[in-house]
Amino acid sequence: MTELLVRQVGPMVTVQDRGRKGLLHAGVSGSGPMDGPSMDLANALVGNGADCAVLEFAGTGGVFEVSEPVRFAVTGGAVDIRIDGVAAFPWESHHLLPGQRLAIGAMRDAVWGYLAFSGGIVTPPVLGARATHLRSGLGGLDGRRLAADDRLPLGRAGAGPLLAFRRFWQQVRGPIRVVPGPQDDRFDAAAWRDFLEEPFIVSPSRDRMGQVLDGPRLHAAGGHDIVSDGTVAGSIQVPASGRPIVLMADRQTTGGYPKIATVASIDLPRLAQTPSGRPIRFAAISQAEAEDLLIDGRRALADALAGIAEKPPVATPS
Amino acid sequence: MPVTYPRIVACGDSALSIELSDGIDEDVNARVVALAADLAERPIDAVLETVPTYRSLLVLYDPAVRRAQALKPELEARLRAATPGRRAGRRFVVPVVYGGEVGLDLDELADMKGLSAEELVAIHTDAEYRVYMIGFAPGFAYLGGLPEILHTPRLATPRQRVEAGAIGIGGRQASINSVPGPSGWRYIGRTPLRLFDPSRSEPFLLHAGDRVCFRPIGPDEAAELDAASAAGLTGVEPEPA
Repeated sequence: MTELLVRQVGPMVTVQDRGRKGLLHAGVSGSGPMDGPSMDLANALVGNGADCAVLEFAGTGGVFEVSEPVRFAVTGGAVDIRIDGVAAFPWESHHLLPGQRLAIGAMRDAVWGYLAFSGGIVTPPVLGARATHLRSGLGGLDGRRLAADDRLPLGRAGAGPLLAFRRFWQQVRGPIRVVPGPQDDRFDAAAWRDFLEEPFIVSPSRDRMGQVLDGPRLHAAGGHDIVSDGTVAGSIQVPASGRPIVLMADRQTTGGYPKIATVASIDLPRLAQTPSGRPIRFAAISQAEAEDLLIDGRRALADALAGIAEKPPVATPS
Repeated sequence: MPVTYPRIVACGDSALSIELSDGIDEDVNARVVALAADLAERPIDAVLETVPTYRSLLVLYDPAVRRAQALKPELEARLRAATPGRRAGRRFVVPVVYGGEVGLDLDELADMKGLSAEELVAIHTDAEYRVYMIGFAPGFAYLGGLPEILHTPRLATPRQRVEAGAIGIGGRQASINSVPGPSGWRYIGRTPLRLFDPSRSEPFLLHAGDRVCFRPIGPDEAAELDAASAAGLTGVEPEPA
């Protein structure tokens, strides 16, 4: 069994895969990656299937070693990667040999990084997934963040080439698009004007459950308590404080605050990756437009995955 | 603005909420549960999962299979056809150790109501509750049917940690907590039963639409049931219909 040895680790590193399906009715959050496309690309770069588990880190990665040769790739954003002190690029795969130290520094201009190893992380699945849900302690490594000296099992992986993109994978820019509702009618015209015309600042109050936004306080003329109903990733709930909270991967399955709008699936990873302190703006689109964008986004991701190819051989100094 | 129910509203690009009402009502919840059961028995290809709540059903769908615009008429037809009460929920008798470390609000709550602790327990155990929804956390049961005299506002400052199995009161709702966590509800006891145990073949004890009664137990029975729970047993079966 190949082992991943954790020598040092950032404050927020968890095992994630595509998450738990079909258990929202039982109160079980889906979990899974904050930036799904980046996770999919990391897996593809090491020759893994899309269902393999990876490490997700917020901010800083850590220092890792392996017991057998593997391939690894880091995605999510720009980040300093060193193999025994030698710099390596993100968004492509590299070999890591026993005895070598892989050091992954801090993300620049992004928040969530993905570290995939060939074979995937094979901690025991819980309720059908390896994704970690911190609040309920499910999945991953004992349902918790990684700590120094942890050891994680890696799956069997055949030898394979090192891979990189032929085309660069780039997310769109512009406002974060939202679909009004389900409780859009609890907010009056003034609240809607503030919501769509004023900038919001991505607050450092953020985790895998939710992202708090600073900016104009949104007043729900219809009251800030509703009879609890279901939530989705991207639900923008507004508690009595008026500070919107965007619900993310580890969200509670139901909630009692009115939800003014829902972030379009295409833009949710982009919001997750926006560094704290940055301004964002919202733009309202229809449900049908958001559906189109979701479908286009899947196609773009499929194109990026199809555009992964063998890295050109490195010229060795003679 | 007056709202007409039922209505189907957008929750982004991959979910619709079928709202039957904006209040808490047993008949409304029965229709929600019936619709969820109908969609489970006769699946619609694009529907990935559903989340029954007090008065609405969240329907998650894949827009690449079917768009919301095409899905809505079918959901409306299903809603019209879904018959509540066709299948009565199961009924569980949940054993409770009243008071103690977990049920730390019992005496204060009894004082607030001008009752003795024994009288409060009798009122709590005489009622039958309905599981309106499982939500917030894995297996967490929101119960309706709390006798009016026990309705109590939540604490101004939530507690940082309330244990799994805690029997709670929050406003006009009651709860059986399934996992430890922060809570602003008031707690009057604990059940040794585990509503959620991912290692069991049936990880979740209760479902929306089930009925629940409480039964006071003493320390000996609690110890036996604690041992059963630790061994991965549910510790209770639904009553025969």
